[in-house]
Amino acid sequence: MGLTRKDLLRMQELTADEIRLILDTAESMKQVAGRDIKKVPALRGKTLINLFYEASTRTRMSFEIAGKWLSADVINVSTSSSSVAKGESLKDTGLTLQAMHPDIVVLRHPASGAAEFLAKQLAASVINAGDGAHEHPTQALLDLFTIREKKGRLEGLKAAIVGDIAHSRVARSNIHGMRKVGMEVRVAGPRTMLPCFIDRLGVEVFTDLERAIADVDIIMMLRLQIERQQAGLFPSLREYSRLFGLTLPRLKGAKSDVLIMHPGPINRGVEIAPEVADGPYSLILNQVENGVAVRMALLYLLAGAPQAG
Amino acid sequence: MVRGFFYALNLMAAELNEKAQILDQAGIQRAVTRIAHEIVERNKGTSDLVLIGLRSRGVDLARRIAKELKIIDGADIPVGTLDVTLYRDDLGRVGVQPVVRKTEISFSINEKRVVLVDDVLYTGRTIRAALDSLIDLGRPRLIQLAVLVDRGHRELPIRADYVGKNVPTSRQEQVQVLLTEEDGVDGVLMVKG
Repeated sequence: MGLTRKDLLRMQELTADEIRLILDTAESMKQVAGRDIKKVPALRGKTLINLFYEASTRTRMSFEIAGKWLSADVINVSTSSSSVAKGESLKDTGLTLQAMHPDIVVLRHPASGAAEFLAKQLAASVINAGDGAHEHPTQALLDLFTIREKKGRLEGLKAAIVGDIAHSRVARSNIHGMRKVGMEVRVAGPRTMLPCFIDRLGVEVFTDLERAIADVDIIMMLRLQIERQQAGLFPSLREYSRLFGLTLPRLKGAKSDVLIMHPGPINRGVEIAPEVADGPYSLILNQVENGVAVRMALLYLLAGAPQAG
Repeated sequence: MVRGFFYALNLMAAELNEKAQILDQAGIQRAVTRIAHEIVERNKGTSDLVLIGLRSRGVDLARRIAKELKIIDGADIPVGTLDVTLYRDDLGRVGVQPVVRKTEISFSINEKRVVLVDDVLYTGRTIRAALDSLIDLGRPRLIQLAVLVDRGHRELPIRADYVGKNVPTSRQEQVQVLLTEEDGVDGVLMVKG
């Protein structure tokens, strides 16, 4: 049993067995992170290009560290300092990259479907590190890894994803991933931020935060994407925070061992109160830590995949 | 009737050809005991000794050797588990990547006498990977190698310090080590390729 695909573009296309293989491999990779010498030669001679069209700290750093710990050569391209700033199209950037024979390209792009477009251009493996409001599969995988690490299992657990579901690629990837491994998923948020027909993904829909978090094992708060909020989806930050911010008093209505997750970066005091984010059940920093192990696992597994054309 | 006898003999010969037993349960036990005695003799005791088994049958053998060492010298020798997948020299050359399992060594190997334990010594490439991996984990005082079966055909300048049994083989043959812990039965078989 191995991963035979060239690219990782979306959680929607992964099978439950593939998800389990990635999580199991990540467990072994996490052990490497605990060593004095954090380097293994598995990807020696492979080249990894991080191509980021959007700002990112943790995802880009996490891929960079993962690549370096596996001995790959890692190159970061950010759009502000590259030809993209001169107006080069994604297609031309892709062809330019191809000429340099990378083995793996990690792409973050504001347009949904950009990773799939690039994957068709390149012989290299493409990993989607977030494409518009579509998917962010490696975030979902590291979230599943963190949940499994804390709870010992995934099947039968109940999760509530709270916030701007409509704009959230993290929500979409997690919904697909959690459903595949047998978790129950709820989404909650203001009605303006819940996409039509979201229930067709097999989730329960709530517009009341307290009811949504009442008996779940995991609460996943989404970042309010203030940069995407020109459309007047809610009257004010303060009102959003009052109705959908996770605060200590609100948490009293949840299970006593509930786990709190957030993909980061957090808006302290908007969607999550500081004392919750820094509290004992918060897994926010575990998520960051596990992100490296999960990405190491993916780089390792994809590096054995057959290269197209 | 005579024809029936030869027919049966032929069948048995074919069976033997396909799977010849090199060691049985008692043979494996004797080899493990002898290796344990040789380890004590060569290292003049068991101080600073640790055993590290290669996944997966090497780990079972390392535990058996540790049990014998306890009988011989009375000391509890720590046993660790090494997975060398990330150090293999054939990664990315075959289609699907091999499964990576955990390395579990809960003690420091610095300044220790490390005995690596594996079931079969063949090309030596696994041992090369294990040596690189161990050296990333610390700086042992020395590393020795114990194997249950040495079947020859080395591709690297590596030799074992302790050998259960030397078995001349051809490259077409396979050596299968079965251990109760993994396979429910003890035995070493040679299978014609």
